[in-house]
Parts: sequence; structure tokens; C-alpha cells
Amino acid sequence: MRVPYFYAAMMLAAIASPLGAKTIPVAAGEGAQERLQEALILAEPGDTVELGAGIFKLTDGLSLDVPRITVRGAGADEAGSVLDFTGQMGAGEGLLVTSDDVLLRDFAVLNTKGDGIKSKGADRIIYHQLRVEWTAGPKESNGAYGIYPVESADVLIDSVYVRGASDAGIYVGQSRNIIVRDSIAMENVAGIEIENSYDADVTGNIATRNTGGILVFDLPNLPQMGGRNVRVFGNIVTGNMTPNFAPKGNIVASVPTGTGILVMANRDVRIFDNVIDDHGTANIMIIGYRYPFDDPKYNPLPRGVITYGNQHGRAGFAPAMDGGKELATAAGGSLPPVFWDGSGEDMVFGDAVDVLTLGLTDPQAGLAAAKPAPIAPADAVVVKARVGDGGKPIILPEAMEARIR
Amino acid sequence: MRLAVPLILAALAITGVARAVPSPSVHQAVVDGESIPTKLSAFGLFADNDPARPVASFAYTLRTPLFSDYADKRRLVALPPGQRAVVGDDGNVQFPVGTVLVKSFGWADVNGGRPIETRLLVYRSAGWVALPYVWDADGRDATLKVAGARVPVSFRAPNGQMRTISYAVPNKNQCKECHGRSGAIAPIGPKARNMITEGADRHFSGGAVPKPTLPRWDDASSGTIAERARAYLDVNCAHCHNPQGSASNSGLFLGWDVSDAKMIGVGKRPVAAGHGSGGRDFAVAPGDPDASILLYRMESVEPGVAMPEVGRGTVHREGAALVREWIAQMPRAAH
Repeated sequence: MRVPYFYAAMMLAAIASPLGAKTIPVAAGEGAQERLQEALILAEPGDTVELGAGIFKLTDGLSLDVPRITVRGAGADEAGSVLDFTGQMGAGEGLLVTSDDVLLRDFAVLNTKGDGIKSKGADRIIYHQLRVEWTAGPKESNGAYGIYPVESADVLIDSVYVRGASDAGIYVGQSRNIIVRDSIAMENVAGIEIENSYDADVTGNIATRNTGGILVFDLPNLPQMGGRNVRVFGNIVTGNMTPNFAPKGNIVASVPTGTGILVMANRDVRIFDNVIDDHGTANIMIIGYRYPFDDPKYNPLPRGVITYGNQHGRAGFAPAMDGGKELATAAGGSLPPVFWDGSGEDMVFGDAVDVLTLGLTDPQAGLAAAKPAPIAPADAVVVKARVGDGGKPIILPEAMEARIR
Repeated sequence: MRLAVPLILAALAITGVARAVPSPSVHQAVVDGESIPTKLSAFGLFADNDPARPVASFAYTLRTPLFSDYADKRRLVALPPGQRAVVGDDGNVQFPVGTVLVKSFGWADVNGGRPIETRLLVYRSAGWVALPYVWDADGRDATLKVAGARVPVSFRAPNGQMRTISYAVPNKNQCKECHGRSGAIAPIGPKARNMITEGADRHFSGGAVPKPTLPRWDDASSGTIAERARAYLDVNCAHCHNPQGSASNSGLFLGWDVSDAKMIGVGKRPVAAGHGSGGRDFAVAPGDPDASILLYRMESVEPGVAMPEVGRGTVHREGAALVREWIAQMPRAAH
């Protein structure tokens, strides 16, 4: 029985690694910039660029434009493969990927001047077991995004660690069919952000000590709008109380310190089975887009947001949104764990906690127009009817999952 | 003895040293082949490989050029034998397969005015290929740098100040960051509205040479401040900031033909600027240049802030001044 099994394994291996695919080793140390960039350019589809252990001191951004490449390091910790961009002189990010079917795994990217790793128009990209970090912790001068796929279909972010981003640690923008799972986002402005995207599962992550833990946003004047169908479930979202350090002008600069999960101007968002604790503003906040806009294709309202089965800890004890203090005083010292500006429609609040609504049908209306009022949790039968089977899971192409199994 | 010299020349030609003999031509087999030569001389684009003696179909200039750290750029077109360029309906100049576009970068007061770098766009049957070559220290040939390079350069800027920069030769992928159109490489500069091709009539199909109309960014007689600023932004920004370009996700589109004020940044909030916003709210704040992110990024050389991201290590004071004037003269938004 052993021999046939052996042949079967050989055949499987042959299918998994196309004929002629090779491994290109790149060692850390002297001349890393040119050697590594050259490997990323000369690699051919199917190849693996293998980073040695040690520190790669890089002076410029790296980029990859060859499809079906694996970039694999010796680990994302200090003993692994560390791409150190502290001395970076140019480019908007540390590593830019613009080709399809790329797997990035087991290395660290430190202290980039702009974004950490960006992939644009890179379908079926996989980020696996990576660390992207600004080692001095939260600073306004840190790069905007840690892990930054944009304009892509089929995105998998699995088991990464991101710390210190001055916008979002893990940011998926203008993409579709997305899974962000089993990752840690710590001490960023936004831990994880899904923006102007369709069909995403955010699950099994830890978002802690950010300004806001997990954000689901839609913004106007962008090529892809109409963010929808996002499930945020089974995450631990705690203590996102780091004072907002985003540079002014960016939308996340408006995220109130102490926000757990924040939904803005999205449709069909399910928030369930999360542990959400220790947020001065709110554990869950649902709002419309409150700035003036003139984009007729843009819908600024949240619609069809469902919350249920979440475990709520302490919240609302230091509300940092506009008028938060006054609201808390009026409410007897603190606010309930769930906050809704009152805009949009078709909300189902299924968690067994109180909800505060501002009663604003127009998100642009000022606080003067607010009619704050508590909302009792929805009837269990109503919730059950709406929840159904928990929504449709995001399925990525099996070949993607197989590459990291 | 009088016959000796021609005889020796003839002998040299027979033994294959013909390249040294006058009447040079571009090595079309190399252009059309699949190999990527490590030395620029392989293309035969210069007589004796002297950048001052191009072997090209014609040279051209631009009414409004891309700013490249005040480099003096020499642009050449080498068409395949017997073929011509065409001015397309879309305003782009179309070249036949086998064309090489050549651009050399140098400064009058650096290296005796000889180029530092020569970039090629080679049109092969599979598409355009971008190749950066850096001239060797002895100036006799240039070497391919697929991974890019940095060259320290000191030069005197037009305002009389010395500037010392780490001049960045782009890597092959960075070439595509600007030259990418929907994933494929394409020339940027040769647009009929911008291209001055005097004396090149015979190289264009039917003699129909480009008739450039784009304002000259630095010539007040060629357009209003707004027109010249828009020409400048088109040439310096729109290769990425267009719906098919590297900056498509920004929604900020700076092409000459864009008429939507929001798309060119007026009252537009940033989406992924990070600290590139400089704490400012809008790409263009009408009447208020110092509140405009566009200008903040043009006036910075910090990576992650500076725009364009590639190809600029020093601030273009004069270009920024034009854009500043354009924003300043816009009526402030009524709030």
C-alpha cells in the first residue's frame, strides 16, 4: 500500500507546483534592496521567492507584477525575515503587488513611510502569517494602512498582525469577496476596515487598543460605491480606547475614541457572536455619512444592519463623539453599548442591551435636531426570523485555501 | 600607401567590426527579439554609443513636460525601417511594432552634461517593454538596472540654488506604475496635443504630424493660469490619476479632458492619503492653496507624502507656484 500512496503524493505535488516552477532564495544583508527587487522582477509565474532569516534594510519601495508568485519568509517574528523600511527614501508603500494569484507569507514589514503592503487590482491575493508594524506605536506620522488590498476580487487575509497604522491596520477597499480572519489588529486608528466593498466576512479576529476596532464604511466620489453584505462575527473587540491619532482630513480622523464596531453608510451588515468590551463611546455604532456630498450615485444611509448574539461588556462611559458628554449627562452618566444616529432603515437590534438613537433621519442634521431616545432590544421572535441561518458565508476559490493549508 | 586605408577598412568590415564604420543603424533584430540586453549599446541607438549622436528617426520635445528633478530630457523615436507613426483618432500617437522610444536624463552641470540614465520603451509583438539603463562611470555604455538604482546628483536649479538629491532610477515595475494602462505598458508622452515634432513630417503617415495645442505650463501667452495649471496636472499627474491608472482607487482624476470639478479635487475629501493629507480636508480647497492637499503633496519630498510617488526627489518650485496661483484665484466655496 505504501508505493501507490507515494505515487499519488507525487502526482499531487506535480499538480500543485507547475512544471519548471523554481525557488529563488534571497538572503538578508548587504545589497538587499537590489537583490530582492531583482528577484521580484525576474521571477516567473509559479515561482517562489524565498526570503532568508534576518534583516533586510530597504531604501525604496518593493514591487511585484508577476502573477502566481509566492513570497515566503522564514517567519514574521524577530528571528524570521524582517523587511525594515526605516531608511526608506521613496515610494508610497513598502511592498506593492499588482499581479494576480500572489501569496505573501511568513515575513514582517516594519516602519514604512507610507502604507505597509498594498495590492491593487491583484485578484486572489493571500496575506498569511505576516506582521506589519510601526514599532514606535501610535504616531500621526506612521503610514496610513498596514495591509491594503484595493480594487481586487477574492481577497484572503489570514493570521496577520498589524500595529501602529495611522489609518487602518487591515484595510480592504473597493473589492469584492473578502475574508479577514484569525488576525490581530492593535494600536491602529482603525483596527480592521472594510470600505466601499461587497461580500466580506470578518471573523475570528482580535481588534484591541485601536481607536475603533472594526469599521464597515462607504464613501462618496469613488469608482466603487454601494458597500454591502458584510458579516462581522466571532471577533474579540476590546479596549479600543487609543486616542485618535489619524491625520486630519482622513475619514477615520472622525472615529470617536472608544468605538468597538462602527458601521457607516452600508447595506446588509450582520454583527453577531462577537465579544465587545470596554469602549468609552460605544460597543457598536451605526451611522450615516454626515458630510456634504454631491454624488448622485452615493447612498449615505445605513440599511439592514442586524446585531445579535454579541456579548457586551462595559461601554458608553466616556463618549467621545460630538455632544457625547451632554448626552451622557442627560442619560444619567453613561450611554448604552449600542448607538445609532437614527438614519437609515431596517435595523434589527437583537442583542440584550439598550440602544440609544439620536432620532436623526438626516445624518447631516446637527445635534440640535437630535431627539435622543432609548430603544429596547428587538423581540426575540423578530430577531430569529431575520437572522435565519446567519447569512451566506463567503467562499473563496478552493485553490486559494489549499495554498495555505 | 594611399590604398592602404580603404583596404584596411574593407578588411575590418569583412572581419565583423563593421559597427565601427559610419552609416550606423538601429539593431532592429535586437529590438524585435525577445532578449533583454544588459548593455544599451546592443540596440545601436547611438553612433559609437555616444548619446550626443543619436541614430533615430526623429527627436521631439513637449509643450508641457513631466517634471523630473530639473533633469534635461532628450527624447527620440526610432521607427523600424520604412515605417511611420500615425496620429490616432484618440489623440495618441500610434507607433508600429519595432519602435523604440528613447529618453535620456541629465543635467547641464552634472557629468559634463552627459546623461545619467537612458530609458527605453521598446514595442515588441507582445507589447511595450520598459527598460532603464544607467550610464557606466566611463560613459562608454549604459547598463540595465531592472531593480532600479539611486545616483547622488548635485545641480543648480533655475532659481540659482544648488540641490543635492538621490536621483532615483525607476525599477521595471515602477516604470509600469506610471506607464500602466489597464495592466499593460503604454507610452505617456507622445500625445498629439503635447508633442512637437518639427521636421519629422516624413515619419508620419500622410505627413500628418501632431499639431500640439496643449498650453505650455510656463508660457503665459499659451493659456490662462487655469489652463496652464490643468496642462501641468495632466502631464505630471494624470498618468496615474485616471480611471485606468495606478491611482484609479483615489477617485481623483486630473486629466486634461476631465470637467467634473469634484473629480479634479475641488471640495474632494481624501480616501487613502494618510499623513499625505497634511491635516488638510480637501484635495483642492478653492481660494485656499494652503488648505489644499494637492499642493501639500507637490511641495513635499517625504516618501508617503510626496506626489508623484515615483520620479521626484526635489520640489518643482515653479510648477507648484503655478498650481498655487490656480487654486488661489478660484472663488472660495460659499458655506
